Amino acid sequence: MATVETHALTKHFDSGNAVDGIDLSVREGEFLVLVGPSGCGKTTLLRMLAGLETPSSGDVLIDGRVVTWLPPRKRDIAMVFQSYALYPHLTVYGNIAFPMQAAGLGRKDVATRVEKAASMFGIERLLARKPRQLSGGERQRVALARAVVRDPVVFLLDEPLSNLDAKLRTSARDELQQFQRRLGTTTVYVTHDQIEAMGLGDRIAVLDHGRIHQLGAPRDVYHDPADTFVATFIGSPPMNLLEEGALLSGVRPEQLLPRAVFEAGESLVPFPFTVERIEYLGADRLVYGTLAAPHPLTKVISRLPSTIALPIETGRRYDFAVREHDLKFFDRATGRRVERGAAR
Amino acid sequence: MNAPGELAASGLGAPARASPRRRIHPFDDESWLGRILLAPAVIYIVALVGFPFFLAIFYSLSDATVGSTTLHFVGLRNYERILQDPTFWRSLRNAVVFTVVSQVLVVVLGKILAMALYADFRGKWIVRFLILLPWVAPISLGSIGWLWIFDPVYSVINWSGRALHLFGPGFWPIWLGQPDLAMASIVMVDVWRLLPLATVIILAGMSSIPQDIHDAAAVDGAGFWRHLFRINLPLIMPIMLVALLFGIVFTFTDLIVVYVLTRGGPFDSTQVIASYAYFTGVQGGDLAAGAAISLFLFPVLVAVAIVFLTIAKRTEVT
Repeated sequence: MATVETHALTKHFDSGNAVDGIDLSVREGEFLVLVGPSGCGKTTLLRMLAGLETPSSGDVLIDGRVVTWLPPRKRDIAMVFQSYALYPHLTVYGNIAFPMQAAGLGRKDVATRVEKAASMFGIERLLARKPRQLSGGERQRVALARAVVRDPVVFLLDEPLSNLDAKLRTSARDELQQFQRRLGTTTVYVTHDQIEAMGLGDRIAVLDHGRIHQLGAPRDVYHDPADTFVATFIGSPPMNLLEEGALLSGVRPEQLLPRAVFEAGESLVPFPFTVERIEYLGADRLVYGTLAAPHPLTKVISRLPSTIALPIETGRRYDFAVREHDLKFFDRATGRRVERGAAR
Repeated sequence: MNAPGELAASGLGAPARASPRRRIHPFDDESWLGRILLAPAVIYIVALVGFPFFLAIFYSLSDATVGSTTLHFVGLRNYERILQDPTFWRSLRNAVVFTVVSQVLVVVLGKILAMALYADFRGKWIVRFLILLPWVAPISLGSIGWLWIFDPVYSVINWSGRALHLFGPGFWPIWLGQPDLAMASIVMVDVWRLLPLATVIILAGMSSIPQDIHDAAAVDGAGFWRHLFRINLPLIMPIMLVALLFGIVFTFTDLIVVYVLTRGGPFDSTQVIASYAYFTGVQGGDLAAGAAISLFLFPVLVAVAIVFLTIAKRTEVT
């Protein structure tokens, strides 16, 4: 267990700063998720934590010790790659044993620890196989076993679930979180998938253009986005943004509901709304449409859970509304969040 | 190319198709297209490899000489004669030493060179270009260049060594005139010639390893040597084997380096099978013995071919 910190960490490529002065502090035993669109610098940041990339400036600290210039093998970390990066010429046993052999452990120690790690991930019967004889899910488990076997102080995971099919990904996510909780090892996890980020992270850091836009618990990031980037990146479909003078007001699709759904006496902001298209997604209905006056003519999306059985047809106008305290406001120029008091 | 195409078309039409009016052009029929495209290669191999090979077997069982137009079947007498000839055994041993030493050097140096070229540095393309030059240059011209480098009077090596005070006043090696040095010299030239190809093949093999594998090894704690011997080398082994097999074929059957530099001398100390077969069969006029000698190359080349085919089969499966 250890903390991981970065101080003004910057990585400059020819095309600009991939990572731009990031200050990050991962707590002991925490599961921190770095999430952002592709090219936001999340993988570069992770690779700098691993020592696979040298920073242009700034420092990386693991457990309070500056490791900026140490090679990966001196950092006591383990990393799982998107491709899993299993050694194709070694058996599963050889793959899992490799980090410990590199650490100079005796043959017996290696054997007992490989078996322990293998049983942890239920891959004992695969030990004699080569990686190419394994399924995607099995490869992922081998990669995880190779990471945990050495008892590193930090796990770094680079999109380890993105090569699994959707069904497997859900169960793998669950298992991954359980292992992390059981081992209590500080974990930094990179993904572009916001659902994965929300579901796994104790805290999530939302990155774009090499900067952290917001760092916080999934609930805070979702309900209190720090700026319009976070508001539109996290949440699917994204937050609706409406221009109102110098401000943008934001409404989550699931909070934009037909007026009839709300109880009487709630303070509501009316949103008259012409429906253009409806998508049935089983658990939800996504209603696409255009707002009517007094609002600017803006395309918006409403997400109605299937528990709201109200009939809605395309081409007609409905009275939708939002609870007043669910509205968020952003500065139109900077995109930053503005408090309600300042808004009205 | 036109003639076989038309020939194929006329042979095809009637039996293959019910309606004679709808004839398919041979280029559109896969079974015929395949035969047409293979034909030049088959003709080439039969004419330039198959025919000379069987001719060599035929000659080796006869008393053919350059000067005579008649020949008689003599059974295995040529082989008996060769097996009792100490120069033949010497040539065989030299060929093996020449091949093994130069190929060990080529593989080791090729790997080192490939690793150096794998790294990023300024002007990499020009270094790669220069390294490839010996491969592109004609072997005979390159060997003649080396002949000057090894010249007993004007040797660039000796004069440079003296100018740099590396060679003492009494030290003046006659590169092609002393048995051990002569062997070392032809090994050196062969390495110089084959190193570029091996380097490029190994480099291609190294580029095919995904960066993630190297990163994983670095994170897993592997230092330089462990990375080299446990990850890097095993992964490029199949490709290095290809480079090695090419090298063995080129070196074991090579005649030009020996012919240009030493003519097999001094005292047959650099005589190899290919050169001995040439000197006996063509220059000595004893075609039968020359053919028999050259057939001793055959087992080695068969072994190499088998390994090649095994590798090809294995890569097909995976």
